[in-house]
Amino acid sequence: MPVNMLVTAKQVIDPETPAAALQINNQLKRMETPGNVPPVVNGFDENAVEAALRIKEAAGGTITVLSAGTGFVMDVIKKTLSMGSDELILVEDPAMAVADAFATARVLAAAIRKAGGFDLILCGRQASDYDQALVALGVAEILGIPSVSMAKRVEVQDGKVIVDRVMPDGQDTVELPLPALVTVTNELGQPRYPNLRGIMAASRKQPTTWSLGDLGLDASAMEPKVEIMEIFVPTKELVCEYIEGDDDEEKGRNLALKLREAKLI
Amino acid sequence: MADGKDILILAEHSGGSLDSSVGELAAAAKGLAEQTGGQVVAALCGSGASGLAQEIAALGVAKVYEVDNALLADAGPEATVIALEAIVKAAAPAVVLTGKTVLTREASPRLAFRLGTGIAQDCVAVKMDGDALVADRPVYGGASVARVAVRSTPAVATLRANAFEADAPDASRQAEVVSVPVDIDASAVNANVTGREVAAAAGVRLEDARVVISGGRGLGGSEAFEPLRELAGLLAGAVGASRAVCDAGWLPYAHQVGLTGKTVSAEVYIAIAISGASQHLAGLSTVKNIVAVNRDAEANIFKEARYGVVGDWEKVTNGFLETVRKLVGS
Repeated sequence: MPVNMLVTAKQVIDPETPAAALQINNQLKRMETPGNVPPVVNGFDENAVEAALRIKEAAGGTITVLSAGTGFVMDVIKKTLSMGSDELILVEDPAMAVADAFATARVLAAAIRKAGGFDLILCGRQASDYDQALVALGVAEILGIPSVSMAKRVEVQDGKVIVDRVMPDGQDTVELPLPALVTVTNELGQPRYPNLRGIMAASRKQPTTWSLGDLGLDASAMEPKVEIMEIFVPTKELVCEYIEGDDDEEKGRNLALKLREAKLI
Repeated sequence: MADGKDILILAEHSGGSLDSSVGELAAAAKGLAEQTGGQVVAALCGSGASGLAQEIAALGVAKVYEVDNALLADAGPEATVIALEAIVKAAAPAVVLTGKTVLTREASPRLAFRLGTGIAQDCVAVKMDGDALVADRPVYGGASVARVAVRSTPAVATLRANAFEADAPDASRQAEVVSVPVDIDASAVNANVTGREVAAAAGVRLEDARVVISGGRGLGGSEAFEPLRELAGLLAGAVGASRAVCDAGWLPYAHQVGLTGKTVSAEVYIAIAISGASQHLAGLSTVKNIVAVNRDAEANIFKEARYGVVGDWEKVTNGFLETVRKLVGS
């Protein structure tokens, strides 16, 4: 049975940017990278695209990627297409720059309703900027569909989605009737790199672009429930005591003696 | 919804025991209740779990709101959210606090969305500012902290494990138990858990270990973890790893420490060839003694470390292991 899938994706600052290079913008209440560092697709969302591609390979179907934001870099967000997705929908609006999880979930749910008819919605387990793990569950709640979080394997069989979810001490297998929403974690495995054919195909595709007005949403729908007051880097007063020695082995021996003296081992 | 003053905590439990989060939630709630002038109250959702009420009372909870229903036996999020919604309506709390567990990663966001109220996830500090709940939550993989205000009532917050210290229970305390009637329709439960694999527990649990010996990408492969395993054995500790190690398949994900892995509560964390990305450090936020071994004197881990050794990890570890063998043997 072909599966009609939708994957949500967010453009975020590159989480590999060294912390020292990040700057706090307390006007927009966010961290920013130096101008020459391009954004990336949230890594967990790439895992979700990978999960969708595996289902498409096994059962057939279509993959639509949906992203809501502002300031999209086409080469970045179109990576989801070059990986092998069929369509890309962008909800682009300046109001998204300050949208909280509630507003974002409302926008995504409205876009999913407008695009219509999905069996399975796949989302990354969280976004690597605000690390909330909220929006996906909000979308499921608004759409009134069941969900399961932290999938490391996703399969569709007989109108059901079967998920292995990561547990602190192992894994559970969970079945949900479709339509359903699943959040995907990196334990699923490396997302594939786009190949040349995928990149060529993506370059010919144009994303569908909607505004908030196209979704029938006005400013009241964007009213935040949670306000970011400030973003700060906590100060540390720790000074590292370096253990010395004539060579590296001796440094190791001295470290053991030091930790014993401090009653830590 | 009435603007109450009480702070409601979710008393999660499994196999007849309270989850370790409950004591931490009670301690955090006590601080908030002192500010609102209310009491700490708890939500107990389960099937035949009433016996836990006394244990909850011992943590300083004045009132336990209980929903007893067979559909809550497996603590699934769908039935739990329905029970919690009824308890919130009965208790009218100012704030709802939950842990960050398998159950609450689904149930807490769902509850907040269903109530149409704000939620702050994974908080490390909470306080009241007038009617608003102000919470600190690490963002950008732990590179910074966002201070957020939840102004809708009840404010919902999930608290990071080990970020709050539980008070010692006092068995002489009593709580009033209020049974909350709620109908849960079986059709509301869609998720069906059909299988469970529990990884064989070898030695001390990573989350509970007093000593953690952790390795990073710099180790180069799974065999390189052998001396770390020996050290863990000698020191009654556990072996941890960075995400890169687990992504590479050198160790199972059960060993991953960090934002998307485990949060450790160790007294000593020995980080070998780990650069100290904020996502990794997020799993160490309560560790007081980080020991860093790294070739790169500029590595970020040294900024977090109490003790540091700049050198080749293999040689340093050999020397360290040699002396630990003698110390432990003697």
